[in-house]
Amino acid sequence: AGSSENGKQHTLDPIVTGASVLGVKYTGGVMLMADTLGSYGSLARFCDVERIRQVNDTTIVACSGEYSDLQYIDDLLHTLVVEDYAEDDGASLNPEEIFHYLSRVMYNRRSKVNPLWNQAIVAGFADGKPFLGYTDLYGSTFEDNLLATGFGQYLAMPLMRKAVEENEGKMSADEAKALLEESMRVLFYRDGRTINKFQTAN
Amino acid sequence: KTLTMTAVGAGYDLSPTTYSPDGRVFQIEYAQKAVESSGTSIGIRCIDGVVVGSEKAMPTKLMLQSTNRRIWIVDMHTGMATSGLTADARRIADEARYESENYRDFYGHQVPGRILGDRLARFVHSYTLVGWLRPFGAATLLASYDDTNGPELHSIQVDGTLLRYFATAVGKNRQAAQTDLEQIDFKTITCREAVNKVAEIIYKHHDDIKDKNFVLELGWACDESGRKFQQVPADIAN
Repeated sequence: AGSSENGKQHTLDPIVTGASVLGVKYTGGVMLMADTLGSYGSLARFCDVERIRQVNDTTIVACSGEYSDLQYIDDLLHTLVVEDYAEDDGASLNPEEIFHYLSRVMYNRRSKVNPLWNQAIVAGFADGKPFLGYTDLYGSTFEDNLLATGFGQYLAMPLMRKAVEENEGKMSADEAKALLEESMRVLFYRDGRTINKFQTAN
Repeated sequence: KTLTMTAVGAGYDLSPTTYSPDGRVFQIEYAQKAVESSGTSIGIRCIDGVVVGSEKAMPTKLMLQSTNRRIWIVDMHTGMATSGLTADARRIADEARYESENYRDFYGHQVPGRILGDRLARFVHSYTLVGWLRPFGAATLLASYDDTNGPELHSIQVDGTLLRYFATAVGKNRQAAQTDLEQIDFKTITCREAVNKVAEIIYKHHDDIKDKNFVLELGWACDESGRKFQQVPADIAN
């Protein structure tokens, strides 16, 4: 949006948005949880939105922020996956590679001042190792045992950190699920742009 | 090794843009020879999918069996088998992959076999229209299994002809293979049965004395696989 007298303008306001995504590594895997709301400003407009998407056999990606950009990212990564598949050489992109690719795309878009308005988490399990990475509209990247986007960073992370600390990073899948569910509950209470319906993936 | 029964081009065969007085384009015919002197490829459309197989000549034991592929995966739901010059076939496969990706980006749906076939045929045909390019020396059997039209088998010839088949063959033993394929009941054949049939036909017509050693490459897109992929070795009967 912007007046035409200023030449080409890029949209800098997200329209349909997703709330937090939470991710945690556990023994033998990684788990993500996100609610299924697509907000239209303050209107809780689309209540059945899948914000966690599967990329390939080893990787999943989930986004907060602009939903149409999530759809675009999904298509972009799908193209990568099809190329892999067509090569048919027994090798496929692992979570770290997909994470790196996505973060480069995000950074390049930000450098053109036309960002994909998302905070994304890439998670996966390959070669017996869990992977969890965060990238966002600026192209920043972090990798950790627990990550969150949006309000989750402020409300859920302290809770998650405490639980993981006590478990010394040796959580089971059930414990991870319980932790994430508890965190989603807190987010539902306090984040005004959430609903009590969510999607889990691991 | 040239065939002795060929009519001599006599100056009309230097370019695909030249017709001979009897209305032939020799460059296209020569390209067809390249296909005909290459290993056979067979495709069968079944009730639950499509099977393609190719007789890949192995000139030396030094070569890895998995190399010099003649069956190419184009997309999740599509693949192709080729006969003729492998390098030319690779170019066609790349074009198929590009068109498939392009269609999906534009229409948000996997490309139906007949549309992809149409694009490939136009692509191959365009190389028969200009003087600075030679026609592709590779024929393609395009196997697809999509939501719109179900399983389909298309053949794209060197001259750019696109035809849809229940079953067909290209390459060396094409005619003998097609005779065998006519015996199939296409209303009932399943992919599993077709795999055996393809292998059987290729092995049957392979001349162990005259021809080199070969490796049978197989690929299918069927209900069982849900997409295009290389045959699991355990499935090969022969």
